[in-house]
Amino acid sequence: MIRILRQIFRTGIVTEELPREADAEIRETGSRLEEAIRRRFRGSLTIRQVDAGSCNGCELEIHAINNPIYNCERFGIHFTASPRFADMLLVTGPVSHNMEIALRRTYVATPPPKLVVAVGDCGCNGGVFGESYASLGGVHKVVPVDVFIPGCPPTPTALLQGILKAVEG
Amino acid sequence: MSMLKDAITSLLGTDAQFVDGYQQPGRVLFCSVPREKFVEAARSMKKAYALLAAEWATDETPFGKGYGIFACYRWGAEYLIVKTEAPADDPTFPSLTKKYVPAFRFERQMQSLMGLTPVNHPDTRPWIKFEDWPADAWPLRKSFDPSQRLARVHGEYQWIKSEGEGVYEIPVGPVHAGIIEPGHFRFQAVGEDVLNLEERLGYVHKGIEKRFESLPWEQGFRLAGRVSGDTTVAHSLGYCMALESLTQCNPPERAHWLRALFLERERIANHLGDIGAICNDAAFAFMLYQMMRLKESLLRTNHRLFGHRFIMDRIVPGGVAVDIEPRGKEEILTELDRLSRDFEKLVVIYEENPSLEDRVRTTGVLKPAMAREICAVGIVARASGMNLDCRIFNPFPPYDQYDRLELDVPVMITGDVHARTWVRVREVRESIRIIRWILENMPSGPISSPVIAPGPDKAGFAAVEGWRGEIIYWLQSGPQGQVNRCMVRDPSSVNWLGLEQAIHGNIVPDFPLCNKSFNQSYSGHDL
Ligand code: SF4
Repeated sequence: MIRILRQIFRTGIVTEELPREADAEIRETGSRLEEAIRRRFRGSLTIRQVDAGSCNGCELEIHAINNPIYNCERFGIHFTASPRFADMLLVTGPVSHNMEIALRRTYVATPPPKLVVAVGDCGCNGGVFGESYASLGGVHKVVPVDVFIPGCPPTPTALLQGILKAVEG
Repeated sequence: MSMLKDAITSLLGTDAQFVDGYQQPGRVLFCSVPREKFVEAARSMKKAYALLAAEWATDETPFGKGYGIFACYRWGAEYLIVKTEAPADDPTFPSLTKKYVPAFRFERQMQSLMGLTPVNHPDTRPWIKFEDWPADAWPLRKSFDPSQRLARVHGEYQWIKSEGEGVYEIPVGPVHAGIIEPGHFRFQAVGEDVLNLEERLGYVHKGIEKRFESLPWEQGFRLAGRVSGDTTVAHSLGYCMALESLTQCNPPERAHWLRALFLERERIANHLGDIGAICNDAAFAFMLYQMMRLKESLLRTNHRLFGHRFIMDRIVPGGVAVDIEPRGKEEILTELDRLSRDFEKLVVIYEENPSLEDRVRTTGVLKPAMAREICAVGIVARASGMNLDCRIFNPFPPYDQYDRLELDVPVMITGDVHARTWVRVREVRESIRIIRWILENMPSGPISSPVIAPGPDKAGFAAVEGWRGEIIYWLQSGPQGQVNRCMVRDPSSVNWLGLEQAIHGNIVPDFPLCNKSFNQSYSGHDL
C-alpha cells in the first residue's frame, strides 16, 4: 500500500494545463469547452462512443483523451455505457454494412439533442476503406452528423476541438 | 531436410507435388495435392505435430481455373502451404475440422465469402457474412461487384441453445459499454457460472481483402496499416515483406533495423495499455492511469521523431519512409531510462497486491493442451506453454543475429489472466532492451530501395510477430501481374477461439477481465 501511495504522490498531477504542444489557440479550447459545457449541459456532457467499423486506431485516441494527461473529465466530459444517457454520439469508422442497424438503433435510443460527431477520415468519408458492399463510406450516410473530425486517427487535441465545435453549436 | 516435407511425402508419396519457384520466399514450401487427399495431408501434418496457421481460398477464374484451397502449416520455423483445387462447377472441398480446430472458423469464412462448401463441416452457419446478406453474395469471388450495395434479406442466426432449470442467457453487444470495438457475446449461465460462451463476430467487416484486389501493389501497405489500427506497424510490415518476397526485392539493412525499432515500440505501447487495462478490469484503476501516462509519453515521442503517434504509414514497400537522427536516438534512450524506472516500480506494485493477485490468478485458464488444439499464437500461446515467436523462427535483421541479440521469449504454463499479463511484462522489458541494442548497433546506409512490379502467377508470404502474435500475409499475383488475392491472417483469427474456451467455469463478472487479458482485435478478425 505504501508503495502505491508513494507512487501516487511522486507522480503528482500530470494533467497538463492544456496539451503542451498546443499553443494559445488550443489553450483556449479547454476553457471554452468547459464554459460551453457549463452553459449548455449544466457542466456535464455525456458521450456514448460507437465504433461503427473502425480499425481501432480512432478508439486508441479516444482512450487517450481520457488519460491523465488530457483528462477530459475536468471539462465535464464523461463517457457513458448507455445511449439513453448520452448527449452526444462519438462515432468512428466508415460504418460497416454489418454495423448499420446497430448504429441506427443507438441513434434512436439517444435522447435530444442527439449531437453526432463523426471521428476520423473513415467517419468523414470512408477513408481507406472507401465505399463498397461492406463499407457505407461515412457516418453521415446513416445518421445526421453535426461535426466531422478528420485525421487518421485524429490526435487527442483534434478530438477535443471537434467536441468543442459540436458543443458550441 | 525438411520435417514437414518428409511427413507429407511419406504419407502421400507422389500425390504431394512440390512446386519450386511459385511460392516466395523459397524457404516456405509449397505443394499441391489432389482434392481427395487434402484431409490426408492434414493428417500427416497432425502426426508431425505441425500446427495449422491459416486456411484460405482463391478464385482462380482469371487463370481459366476454378478455386484454389490453401492450408498453411507451421512446425517450428518451417512453413508448408498445401494447395488443392476445386472446379468452378463443383465448389466444394473436404473439411479439415476433424484434424484441426481452427479450421472451424477459417472454413466457415471461406464458405461465407468465397462460396466454397466444406464437406463434413459440423457447422454450416455463415461467419462474418450476416444472415441478412443475400445467400449468393460471395464477395471474394471475381464475379462479385464490390461497388454494389448489399440488399438486406430476412434471416435469423441460429444461436447455440442450452436448456434446463435456472439456465439463462445474457446477450452482450454489438455496441459494448466501453470504448471498444463491436462484437456480440452470448452467455449461457446458471447463477453466476458461465456454462457456455458463444462469440459472434463480423460487425466490423469492411471488405478489406476484396479492397486489396482493387488497389495497385504499391498502395496496399496503407490499407494493411489499417487492418487493425493498434497493430499498424506489424500489419504494414507483413504486407510489405510479403510484397518484397513476391518481387524478390531486398530492402537495405538499415531499413530492416528501423522496422524492428518501430515494431518494438508498438509492442511496448500496446503492452503498457493492456497491463493497465487488465488491472483496471480487476478494479485497480491506479495501474491504468499510471500505464496510460507512460504510454502517452511513448506516443508523443513517436509523433516528434517519426511524425505519427502510432507510426502509421512509415513502413513502405522497399524500406521505411522515415529515418532516425542522432538527436532522436538520444531522446529515445533517455525516454527508455525513465520508462523502465517507472515501469519496474509499477511491476512491484502489481506483484505485491494480494487483492489483484486474487483476481488474476487461476482466472480464465486456457490450458496448454487446449492452446495447442486451437493452434493459438502470440501472447496467448506463450502464456499457455507454447514457445512460438516469429522473431526467432522467421527472423529478419536484426533478429537473425541470435547470438548477439539473445532474444528472450517468455513462456508461462498456467494460461491464466496473470500469465498473459506477465508475458506482457516480460516482453516490455525485453523490447526496451532490444530497442537500446538496435540504437547502439544500427548500421548506416539508405533506408529504402525501389520495388519492381511482380511477375504473373506468383505468390508471396510473410509472417511477422506483431504485439498480439504472428501475423500472416499471403499475396498472389494474377495472369497480368495484378493483385489476384491478398490473404490476411491476424492473430485474432485463431485466438478468439481461445477466449471461448478460457471462460468455461468462470463467473460472469470475470468475463471483462478474461476478455481484456486476451485483448484480441475485432477489426483484424472481421477484415
Ligand atoms: S480514420 Fe484511420 S485510425 Fe480511424 S478508423 Fe479510420 S483508418 Fe482507423
